[in-house]
Amino acid sequence: MAKKTKTKSVDRRNFLKTAAASAALAVTKPGAAEAQQAPPAPRNASAPVLARPAAAPAAVVVDEAKTIDRPGSDFMVDVIKSLGFEYMFGVPANTYMSLQESIVNYGRNKDPEFILATNEDLAAAMAHGYAKIAGKPALVGCHGTVGAQHATMGIYDAFCDRVPMVMILGNIFDAVKRGTGKVAWVHSAQDAAALVRDMTKWDDAPHSLEHFAESMVRAYKIAMTPPMMPVALVLDVELQEDEVPSNANLHIPKLGTLVPPAADPAAVAEVAKLLIAAEHPVIVVDRVARTPEAIQHLIELGETLQAAVVDRKGRMNFPNRHPLEQTRSRMGVANADVVLGIEVIDFAGVRSQRPGSRRISITANDLFAKSNYTDYLKFAETDIAIQADGEATLPLLVDAVKRLITPDRKRVFEERGAKLAGAHKEAFDQYTRQAAIGWNDSPVSTARVTAELWPLIKNEDWSLVADLSFFQDWPMKLWNFDKHYQFIGGPGGYGIGYGAPAAVGAAIANKKYGRISINIQQDGDLMMGPGSLWTAANHHVPLLTIMHNNQGFHNECMEAERLALRRGRDGTRAHIGNRLIEPVIDYAKMAQSMGMYGEGPISDPSQLGPALKRAVDVVKRGEPAMVDVRTQPR
Amino acid sequence: MKGNKFYRMLLFTATALALSSSVALAQDSSLVGNAENGKKLFATYFCWSCHGSNGRAGGTAPAIAPGTRSAEDLIKYVRKPRGPMPPYTSKSISDRDLADIAAFLRSVPKDPDPKTIPLLNQQ
Repeated sequence: MAKKTKTKSVDRRNFLKTAAASAALAVTKPGAAEAQQAPPAPRNASAPVLARPAAAPAAVVVDEAKTIDRPGSDFMVDVIKSLGFEYMFGVPANTYMSLQESIVNYGRNKDPEFILATNEDLAAAMAHGYAKIAGKPALVGCHGTVGAQHATMGIYDAFCDRVPMVMILGNIFDAVKRGTGKVAWVHSAQDAAALVRDMTKWDDAPHSLEHFAESMVRAYKIAMTPPMMPVALVLDVELQEDEVPSNANLHIPKLGTLVPPAADPAAVAEVAKLLIAAEHPVIVVDRVARTPEAIQHLIELGETLQAAVVDRKGRMNFPNRHPLEQTRSRMGVANADVVLGIEVIDFAGVRSQRPGSRRISITANDLFAKSNYTDYLKFAETDIAIQADGEATLPLLVDAVKRLITPDRKRVFEERGAKLAGAHKEAFDQYTRQAAIGWNDSPVSTARVTAELWPLIKNEDWSLVADLSFFQDWPMKLWNFDKHYQFIGGPGGYGIGYGAPAAVGAAIANKKYGRISINIQQDGDLMMGPGSLWTAANHHVPLLTIMHNNQGFHNECMEAERLALRRGRDGTRAHIGNRLIEPVIDYAKMAQSMGMYGEGPISDPSQLGPALKRAVDVVKRGEPAMVDVRTQPR
Repeated sequence: MKGNKFYRMLLFTATALALSSSVALAQDSSLVGNAENGKKLFATYFCWSCHGSNGRAGGTAPAIAPGTRSAEDLIKYVRKPRGPMPPYTSKSISDRDLADIAAFLRSVPKDPDPKTIPLLNQQ
């Protein structure tokens, strides 16, 4: 082995020269200017030796292996940073490990930060929850084959829920590079995106770094254009790992400001006319509000018309305590003469019983559809269907209504508003009476869980990051929601296993605002992916998890019983295949095993308040906590 | 005469039999109901899965406790219920078991008045 001794002074000069050259290289490399954080200087073989203190023995310079100073994945990180991604949720996989390494080391693991999930399904669901709070997509990293197969459920939920995310699917394009072993071959695909194509809006498999830059910016733009949906990029291992050619002229395309599609003003004016003339117009909203402005516009529209607002809570759209809120009141849709649905995907099922009632739909869902999965639901018959984004159209509609209003109509509206306020109060008084039912029962009633928690959080900045499908919507009936981030809606595709990871993702997005996130967690859902708890603990996510522990897949339990009875059999074996009772699962210990605070099970309702208080205190200190509550079925 | 006497005896016997049968029905323990056993049966037959563990907090189906419904009324209803409730026919559950369940539902204590619950009187 050839060895060559050099003097210290020469070594120091060489070191400085090399370091300066490296720094210059870093600055002049394409895309570096876009990076939010300056990348570290490339590793230099002689630097560690030459940087020794003067008193050290003479250094020995050896012939060291050549390193890849500027892998393609470093440039990919430049592109990713230019788009403002904050997180990449992923399970490590060698087909995208190069990108992961560049994020962690070149990108200093910030914007994006790599969040380790324990299953790709959980990673996708975390990105789903994150996007609903952050208002923008996260990256999800996985193998293009075995990882994507895990991830499909999470992607499908986001697809059905119209939520953006950018999937990164690692792959080995060139068969020659797969060697002769098994793993690389079974972890590669001719068309890796085919697996997720039916549940993504767009995909691409770039063959060069220039192509990657354009496709990543395009992917972001497509994902963020309503109707928002997941997109996928298949990344070749070689493209990530190989050195950027010295003569590469790489460019990051400019994204610019994205303006969602608003409705045609003439159509909006027509809708305004119908609303003004209506006797009992009802505004039905589902996935409208992405921002606080949308809530304000909806309030303004409702108040201008003094019209009923029915919030189906696909998002937090309208304050639940506003007197015009009629979601479950006697003055809802049933008797409407005009029904305006804004971003209501299942509008076919929203029907007035009143003969001759008019139906208007405003939704971006009409602008894009895929064929295979029938998430487009039953065709909704309408009198006017406006294909445009609901949030973007609201200000136009408010203006149009205000232009047409007359003093006579205003008086009529005021009378109507008083009636609506009365119906709203009646509905909430009824909720209070209903909440007392089974108040002291054990297992604990879901209403009591909700009521016990409210005084502990109502003076905090809180966000309910839970799916309430099986919780009778109690928080909507007993709490006070008035901010857009206080509720994120449900899973979209109703795939079990969404709840826990989506809550973690949403809580990660809430963390930088100092918000407390609350998840009411179904036990069956958690069992699909308990690793979500570990991610919450690993990243110190201030998330309170309250187990809605009814000990099983309860919906199916009821269905099994119904089927048996309709067949003249007894329903006494409905637990088989549906309940999680033999053995009983200790969720508090599960939480503790993942490194987070866990308490319970709580079956005695009188013990619940103090337990919740202890857990909320933990969350206020910036850590996750769980209280396992044995609850009534619903 | 003999004939008349025979018919009078027959009438007497039939009346006695009918009366004793009525008494037996009225005193049949299956219709009086055992609340303790009814609580177990309420769980065994998965009534709780829709109506909640004590019949009053299920969420999926209406609260049915505390109730005043007699065993006869309950039996009549569940054999051919209205709405989404599945039928509990005699092939699925006996009158005796339903009477026990009815007794249990009548034994469930009343809920507190919501006005007396501080947690339900806050904003």
